[in-house]
Amino acid sequence: MCIAVPGKILSVEGNTAEVDFSGARRKVALDLLAEAKKGDFVLVHAGFAITLLEQSEAEKTLELFKEIYGHQEPAKR
Amino acid sequence: MAIKSRRSADRFASPLWHDGALAAAALKEMRELAAKAREASGRVSSLMEVCGSHTMAIAAGGMRRLFPKELKMLSGPGCPVCVTSQGDIDMALELAARPGVIVATFGDMLKVRGSDGTDLQAMREKGASVNIVYSPADALELAQENPGRQVAFLGVGFETTAPVIAGAVRRARAEKTGNFSVLSLFKLVPPALELLLKDTGHKISGFMLPGHVSAVIGLEPYRFVPEKYSVPCVITGFEPLDILAGINMLLRQIISGRPSLESEYGRAVKPAGNPRAVEVMNEVFSVTDARWRSIGVIKNSGLGLSPAFSAFDAARRFGLKYRNAPEPKGCLCGAILLGKAAPADCALFGGACTPSDAVGPCMVSSEGACAAWFKYGG
Repeated sequence: MCIAVPGKILSVEGNTAEVDFSGARRKVALDLLAEAKKGDFVLVHAGFAITLLEQSEAEKTLELFKEIYGHQEPAKR
Repeated sequence: MAIKSRRSADRFASPLWHDGALAAAALKEMRELAAKAREASGRVSSLMEVCGSHTMAIAAGGMRRLFPKELKMLSGPGCPVCVTSQGDIDMALELAARPGVIVATFGDMLKVRGSDGTDLQAMREKGASVNIVYSPADALELAQENPGRQVAFLGVGFETTAPVIAGAVRRARAEKTGNFSVLSLFKLVPPALELLLKDTGHKISGFMLPGHVSAVIGLEPYRFVPEKYSVPCVITGFEPLDILAGINMLLRQIISGRPSLESEYGRAVKPAGNPRAVEVMNEVFSVTDARWRSIGVIKNSGLGLSPAFSAFDAARRFGLKYRNAPEPKGCLCGAILLGKAAPADCALFGGACTPSDAVGPCMVSSEGACAAWFKYGG
């Protein structure tokens, strides 16, 4: 139920954004995220953007994964 | 192609989030950590995934059978349809039976049985107006397109969903859509955690906290868990590597003996959450006691329409009266929601109760523990 999908804002008109979800486009309400603007990545739940997604934080987490897990021998399945 | 290059720059869709080699290494580390955690604490680490989306992701990823034996993942009360009390389900069905009312709902509620054995889908087949919507904004539009009828939205969910519904209610007031209302059955996550923590017969070693509830409420509302109850907490994302990393972070806290509140999901969860969403939620709703399936009333654990928005309260508008109702006979949903039983412990599981003919809501909702076990195996 709390599923939220990341998408990229293509344009903003009033408190509605056109968002690209890996190719599919949908209108998204910005009532809860007035600061969102074109080019931002947002997390969308039930048609409303609920938070901005941070590329730099995603990058940091991925780098951390690579650092911790990248050099280990894989586990035997 | 423009779309392709844009996608490759998109770190949220990176294949690294489910990279097999990284996951295998994370699992290898998990085995070492789980063994150490057992030594340090003297028992198997029982970690609870509070969110139904985590339950689904763990099941869909086939992770449970890869976890070490010193680690037990328990499903918690994080499936909103599942935690809705039988009496509240009955009220939702009563709404659909009212002449002139169109019920708008997320799809999860469609096949949850009322006390009399019927469900919204069956009622719809018999002529009741029940519309599945993707967004409450669609429900609002439905009300505006049908001015001669009443549109009542079934407000089931946690802090991720409540602000979204609050946003729609604010729009309804601004656009003077008087024929729109909400049956508010929203629940709050932190009071449910406290209930689990107060249950001394239930030793939870750590909580994998819900990523998207946290994107709204931030970190602070969970602070009491490590500080008052000394139980580790990690806010976790939903990709396979997020989940493995979240578990490993919890195990490290157990080994160190220093429970704390950490977040693995920094890309979506800011420490303060989304203050605007919280503000809108608190404007439209106020905290109230709520009834949880098989648990009963938990004080201050739910949301009702605030006095300023009470005109949009469907229970009030339609004079709905709550009646206590017993849960289906033999159904273990209640124990499963508290992590005290696994779906396979239920005598009905897979026989009398299947997703196509579900007895309890844990088998109905796509996020219910029983549905996840049935679909993907335990």
